[in-house]
Amino acid sequence: MSEAAALPPGEHPAHDPHLAHHFSSLERQVDASRLGMWLFLCTEVLLFSGLFVGYAVYRYSFPVAFAASSRTSEIWAGTVNTIVLITSSLTVALAIHFVRAGRQRAAVACLLITLVFALAFLGIKAIEYTAHFHEHQLPGRYYRFESVRLPGAEMYWALYFLMTGLHGLHVVIGMTVLAVIAWRTAHGYYSAHYYVGIELAGLYWHLVDLIWIFLYPLLYLI
Amino acid sequence: MAENGERHSALPYFLVWVALLILTITTFLTGRMHLGTWALPLALAIAVTKSLLVILFFMHVIHSTRLTWVVVIASFLWLGVLFVLTFADYLTRMWKIY
Repeated sequence: MSEAAALPPGEHPAHDPHLAHHFSSLERQVDASRLGMWLFLCTEVLLFSGLFVGYAVYRYSFPVAFAASSRTSEIWAGTVNTIVLITSSLTVALAIHFVRAGRQRAAVACLLITLVFALAFLGIKAIEYTAHFHEHQLPGRYYRFESVRLPGAEMYWALYFLMTGLHGLHVVIGMTVLAVIAWRTAHGYYSAHYYVGIELAGLYWHLVDLIWIFLYPLLYLI
Repeated sequence: MAENGERHSALPYFLVWVALLILTITTFLTGRMHLGTWALPLALAIAVTKSLLVILFFMHVIHSTRLTWVVVIASFLWLGVLFVLTFADYLTRMWKIY
């Protein structure tokens, strides 16, 4: 402190380039970043909670229509996408593992593989959506699917498109974040010494996976 | 960062991934059997197990500070409050019949 006071105005003692001035140490700064990310993820859980509770209420109100409708969803696509997302979660976890070990190139490779998996997920989702559009498995008054003519079926598809749509939006945001993080890692911004950005991007991506883990049985299996 | 540079093996990540794949296949197969009343509890139990694996190991909560634990638990606590209060309404709307 006294050292800082002795310097001319606008100058300050040398410190870690990653350290922001309002933190006493890099470790505290990283802990604060992690906590902030978790608080944000908490709000994300709440955002999806509303939809999950809405799903539960309508499933409780229209059990037969919901069971019949979920049986007409593309189960192969849901299952493949579950495996794709789980594997992409693994590659993100491995990216952090590699950067911790000082292997930035391997970390960048893992992040890029994750992006490929994310694209595959969106591609399969697009095929699914196209099929639903052709079959008129659509929300509200646009629902004209001949095989399931039950009250409440249009609510299943309203919730289906809301939940998978919001989840898909999160996939796109997650891909953007991962792409930026991969670019920064490739340019040496992150290293074994400082990699909290990759960690936080990873947390976001795992949340995307986490939500899908619940969407998959609710929308495709039961 | 918390582990301070000690060498870590990637093996636990692969084990968690294999466990997640096995659970996915299990929920897929049991979902196709149409188990009736037990289908929903079983599917949810498998989903909760999978999410615990992701949260504890992929998201490193098991190595995180207590404050992180508080935030993680709090987010699911709010979800619980939302469910319980909503269904305290919906499940008791037919009260007069009983």
